[in-house]
Amino acid sequence: MVADVLAHVVETDAQLVARCRAGDDDAWRELVERFSRYVYAISVQAYRLSDADAEDVFQEVFARAYVNLPKLRNDSAIRPWLAQMTRRLCLDTIRAGAREQPEELPEPADADDAIARLDEALYVHDALATLPDNCREILDRFFARDESYRNIGDALDIPAGTIASRISRCLVKLKTELEDEGRKPASVESGG
Amino acid sequence: MRHYDEETLADLLRTLAAPPEAWVKAAQEIPLARRGLDDIVERAREDQAFRDALIADLETALESAGYDTDSALTEAVRERLSL
Repeated sequence: MVADVLAHVVETDAQLVARCRAGDDDAWRELVERFSRYVYAISVQAYRLSDADAEDVFQEVFARAYVNLPKLRNDSAIRPWLAQMTRRLCLDTIRAGAREQPEELPEPADADDAIARLDEALYVHDALATLPDNCREILDRFFARDESYRNIGDALDIPAGTIASRISRCLVKLKTELEDEGRKPASVESGG
Repeated sequence: MRHYDEETLADLLRTLAAPPEAWVKAAQEIPLARRGLDDIVERAREDQAFRDALIADLETALESAGYDTDSALTEAVRERLSL
């Protein structure tokens, strides 16, 4: 019950950045957790980097973010700032590869569309963070982690036969959350 | 406000797959790394006396070696060195 209530208290990006700036390691861990999928998805989906290159970009983005966070003028602009940094590093990686393989294109033509879709996915993911733990966990495991009913059932200690109906109910909750005009997901609130 | 059907929501949830946990953990440890975690671990692997001192009294050994210690750093050293 308490966990359900707490699940609805989601810190805004600006609040999280302010805590990071104050040297709070827990806040930094949370910031990495919040944006890790986004940064990863930009490099592998929008720029189609290999796993090895994507890992280099991923670590470099967060290393630079940590060092340069004090220079961020608007704490709520962390998402577009990270996106821009990721794009730049992906392009550098592609250009470095293109010097060895000149036939490679410098930037995928549909990168903008892919990132727009990722922004929307992050919006939905933020809404997911406001759902009760049981829904958040089951939707994330099934859709984002691609786990089987059996694995989910074992991990959450629920009968595998009930998982499909739980997923369906949780999707309805997520839909309702997104349609609630009063809500403002952390990342979207941050603008950008 | 956009209306989402359940199929679209499912597609969008699939879009943000989790990166490997090790990548996330490494990025989360950046503050610790900047406070010397990597140096401490490397030194402990190369310098048996330093390692012995860490095993005997982790915090004192770190402070004697000039590191600013806190619970996050000492915990990470313990984990990395399996102390």
